[in-house]
Amino acid sequence: MAIIERPTDTPAVVSPDAAPAVATPATSYGVFRRPVETTGWKSWLFTIDHKKLGIMYGVVAMAFFVIGGIEALLIRLQLAGPDGTVLSADAYNQMFTMHATTMVFLFVMPMAAAFANYMVPLQIGARDVAFPRINAFGFWTFLFGGLFLNTSWILGGAADGGWFMYAPNSSVAFSPTNGVDFWALGLQITGIASLTGAINLIVTVINMRAPGMSLMKVPIFTWMIMVVQFLLLFAIPVITVALFLLMFQRSFDATFFSVEAGADPLLWQHLFWIFGHPEVYIIVLPAFGIVSEVLPVFSKKPLFGYPLVVFSGAAIGFVGWGVWAHHMFASGLGPISVAVFSVATMAIAIPTGVKIINWVMTMWGGKLKFTVPMLYAVGVIVQFTIGGLSGVTHSVAPSDTQQTDTYYIVAHFHYVIFGGAVLGLFSGLYYWWPKMFGKMLNERMGRWNFWLTIIGMNLTFGPMHVLGLQGQPRRMYRWTENRAGEGFFNIGFWNLIASIGSFVLALGVLMFFVNIYVSHRKGTQKAPLDPWDARSLEWITTSPPKEHNFDRTPTVGHLDEFFHRKYEDRGEGDHHDYHQVATAEEIVAEEEAKGDSHIHLPSPSYWPILLSLALPIMAYGVIYNIWLIAGGAALALLSMYGWGMEPHTAPDDDYDPPAAGTELEVAAHG
Amino acid sequence: MADTAVAPATGHDAHDDHGAHHTSTGLSNNKLAMWMFLGSECLLFGGLISTYMLYRGRHSENLGPDQVWDIPFTSASSFVLLMSSLTMVLAVSSAHRKDDRNTKVWLMVTALLGALFVAGQVYEFTTFYREGLGFTTSLFSSSFYTLTGFHGVHVTVGIIMLTSLVGMIGKNRVPGDKAETVELFGLYWHFVDVVWILIFTLVYLIPA
Amino acid sequence: MTVTDTDQHHDTHEGESHGLSDMGYVKIAVFLAVVTAIEVALSYTQDQLGAAFLPLLLILMGIKFFCVILYFMHLKFDSKLFGLMFYIGMFLAIGCYGVFLLSMHFFSS
Repeated sequence: MAIIERPTDTPAVVSPDAAPAVATPATSYGVFRRPVETTGWKSWLFTIDHKKLGIMYGVVAMAFFVIGGIEALLIRLQLAGPDGTVLSADAYNQMFTMHATTMVFLFVMPMAAAFANYMVPLQIGARDVAFPRINAFGFWTFLFGGLFLNTSWILGGAADGGWFMYAPNSSVAFSPTNGVDFWALGLQITGIASLTGAINLIVTVINMRAPGMSLMKVPIFTWMIMVVQFLLLFAIPVITVALFLLMFQRSFDATFFSVEAGADPLLWQHLFWIFGHPEVYIIVLPAFGIVSEVLPVFSKKPLFGYPLVVFSGAAIGFVGWGVWAHHMFASGLGPISVAVFSVATMAIAIPTGVKIINWVMTMWGGKLKFTVPMLYAVGVIVQFTIGGLSGVTHSVAPSDTQQTDTYYIVAHFHYVIFGGAVLGLFSGLYYWWPKMFGKMLNERMGRWNFWLTIIGMNLTFGPMHVLGLQGQPRRMYRWTENRAGEGFFNIGFWNLIASIGSFVLALGVLMFFVNIYVSHRKGTQKAPLDPWDARSLEWITTSPPKEHNFDRTPTVGHLDEFFHRKYEDRGEGDHHDYHQVATAEEIVAEEEAKGDSHIHLPSPSYWPILLSLALPIMAYGVIYNIWLIAGGAALALLSMYGWGMEPHTAPDDDYDPPAAGTELEVAAHG
Repeated sequence: MADTAVAPATGHDAHDDHGAHHTSTGLSNNKLAMWMFLGSECLLFGGLISTYMLYRGRHSENLGPDQVWDIPFTSASSFVLLMSSLTMVLAVSSAHRKDDRNTKVWLMVTALLGALFVAGQVYEFTTFYREGLGFTTSLFSSSFYTLTGFHGVHVTVGIIMLTSLVGMIGKNRVPGDKAETVELFGLYWHFVDVVWILIFTLVYLIPA
Repeated sequence: MTVTDTDQHHDTHEGESHGLSDMGYVKIAVFLAVVTAIEVALSYTQDQLGAAFLPLLLILMGIKFFCVILYFMHLKFDSKLFGLMFYIGMFLAIGCYGVFLLSMHFFSS
C-alpha cells in the first residue's frame, strides 16, 4: 500500500558527492510557509494538483460556455425575424464580438486545457506535470483574464470590433468605449496562461513519461495535446505583438494601424492570422485526440494506423503555419500571394483527410458499441467532414472572394468548431467522467443530450450555408423583409429555422447539466473501475485517481498498455486471438499491493494565485490609472520572490498532527 | 521560470534523486522549458522587428533613422552588452565549479554592464526625444521605441533577476541545483544579447 | 527525439566537461568584439562597397548570432533537443515574418 509521506525539508543523509549542488533551504519562515490544507476551499485555491486544476479549468470553461451561449441566443433572437428589436446595433456588435471571443478563448481552449491537465500526466504514468506551480499559475491567469475581459460589460461596454478586431474598427474613433482595451489586455493575460501551460505540458510529455513509454507508445490524445502545445508556444507570441501594438495605439496614441497616418492596416491582419490560423488547429486538435481515443475503445480495435494519425497531426500543425493569408484573400494581397496560399490551404486537407480515413478504418469491422461518447465521436467524423468540405471551397480563392464575410463563412467555422471541437470535447466529457468523478453519466440522458445537440446544430448552422450563398453578410444586425428574396431562398425562412435550431441546441446543452445532476443524485451507483473496457494508462488507477495518481509508476511495454495487461494474444502469426487474463480490479489491486512506500508530492502554494492576481491589476492600470500598474507590478515582484524562495515542501510541524515518520529522503528537485 | 518538479516517473529509490538524472530523456526540465521559452521569444521579437522594418521609412523629412542615429554611441553600448555575455558565461562556468564567490562577482559584473546598457538606452531615448522624436511622432518612431523598449524591458528584468540571484546565492536560498539555476539565467541573458545583435545590425547599421 | 547525452549529463557538476574553458570564452568574446568593429567600420564605407554591403553585414550578423548561440549558450555541446526547440521558433519566425514582409513588397522597394 502506498503511503504519501509527510514531506520533509531536511536534506537527507547523503554522501556529499551524491547531491552536491542541492541546497534545500533548511528553514521556512513567515510568508514563505507553504499551505498544507487538503480539504476545504483553501485546498482548491492553493492547489498545484493537476487533477484539481483540470477540474477547475473544466468548471470555469463550462461557465463561460453558458455565457457565450446566451450571447449566441441573443444574436439568433435578434435575427429570427425581420427588423429585429432585441438588440441595438451597438449591443449586437458587442454580442457577436464577445460570443466569438468567449467561445474560442474562454471555452474551447480552456476545456481542452482541462482534459490536457487532467489526462496527460495520467496517460503517461506521471505523478503530476513537470511544473505544478506554473500549472496553477496558468489556471488562475486564465480565470482572471476571462473575468477581466467580461467586466467590460459593466464598465462601459464590451469590445465591438469582431473577434479578429480589424483596423480601423479597433481604433478609438470607431470604438470609443474601453471595450477593445479590455479585449486586448484580457487576451494578453489569457495568452500568458496558454504560453506557460504550453511549456509545462511539452516538458511533461517529453520528460515525464513512464519507463518504457517511447514517443511512439504515447497515447494519441497526449500526442495531439503536445502538437497543440507546440502551436500555442509559437503562435501566442505573435498575437502578443499584435495586442501590444493595439494597446499602444489605443492607450498611448501610437498609429500602428491608422491609414490616415500612413500605416498599413494589413499589418494587423497578418499578425492576427499568423496567430489565428494555428489557433484553428489549437481549437480542433484536442478534439481529434479525444476522438482517436474513444473510437478504438468502442470499436474493440486498436487505432488504425496510429503512426499515421500521429504524423498527420504533426503535419497539420506544421502546414498550419503556412496558410494564414487565406483569411485575407479579399484584402488585396496580390495574385501571387493569393495563389500560393490557396494551394497551401488545399494541401492541408490531405493530413486532415488521412485522419478521417483512419477513424473510419478503425471502426471498419469492429464490434461497435454506440455509447454516448461513441455517438459524439461519430458525430465529429460526420459534422467535421461537412465543415471540412465547405472549407475546401474557401481555399479556392475566387469562390472565397464571393463567400467572404457572408453567413457561408459562419456556417463553415461553426461546423468545424462546434461539429469538430465541441462535439469532441463532449465525447471526452462522457468518456472520462467516470474516471474524473467516479460516477457514470446517465446514458439515457446522454442520448437526449447528443441527439438534441446534433439536431440543434444542424438546424442552426445548416441554413447558414444558404443564407451566406444568398448574400446575407455576417455581423449585419438586422435584415428587412422586402429584400429577403423569394421561395426556397427566402432568407427570412432560413433565419427563422436557424434561430429555432439554436434553441434546440441550447436545450441539448442544458440536458448535459441535467445529466450531471441526475447522475450525481443520492443513491446512484459508483462507476466501475473500467466501465468502457478502455485501453490506455489512465485507467490503471482508481477512479477518481488518488492525489499521487499511481501507487506504483507503471512500466509500459505497449501502446495500449492497459489493454495488453487485460488481454493475452493467443493467436499465431498475424492472426490475433485475444483472451481476457485479468480484470481492471485485479490490475489496480496488484499495483496497489506493489505500491511505492515513499511518495513525495510538492506542497500547495500561495504564490501562483497571487502572481496571477497581479496581471488584471496591471491591466486595469493601463486603462484607468498608471499607478495601478506600479501596484500590480509590485505584487508581481513580491509573488515572484515568494515563489522563488519558498521551500519545496511544507515542514513537518506545519501539519496537524505532526508527522511521526522518521524516514528521511531527498525530495525531487528540478 | 525555475520551478520545483515533482518526483519524475522513474522511481525514487536512488538517493541522489534530483535534477535531470531520471527524466525520460535525461535532460533537465528547467533547461528544456527555458529553451522553449526562448524559441517562443523568437516569434515575439520577430514580430517587433518586422513591424519596425515595415515602418522604418515612414517618417517626416528630417527625423528618420539616418538622421537621428548616433552610431559611435550605440556601438559602444552594444559592445557593453556583448561583454556582459562574456561575464555571464564566466559566472556559469564558476557556478559549475561550485565557486560561489566568483559566481557572485561575475553575476554582479554582468548586472552592472546590463545596467550600463540600459542607462545608455535611456540617454539615447532622451536625446532622440529632445531632437523632437517622440513615441507618437511617426510610424518610424513608434515602432522603433516599441522594439527597443521591449528589448530594454527584457534587459531590465534580467538585471533584477541577476541581482536577486546574487542575493539568493549569498543567503544560500537557491532552490534546487545552483549551477543549473545560474545557467538558466545565463541562457536568458545571452538570448537578450542575441536579440540586440540582430537589432544593432538590422536597425542601426543598415540604412533605411 | 531520442535519449541523448545522458552520460555526458551525469557529471556536468564536476567542472569543465561542459563547453569551453574560460580562456576559450574570452577568445570568443574578443572575436565577437572584432566582428562588431568590422560591422561598424563597414557601415561607414557602404558607398564604396555598393551591392556587397548588405550581404556582408547580414553574414557578419549571422556569425555573431551563432557564436553566442552555439558557444555562450552551449548549444554546440548540449542535447540536440534544446537546439530543436529554439530552431523551430527561429525558423518559424524567419519563415512567417519573411513571407509577411515579402507580401507587403518590403524587399522589392
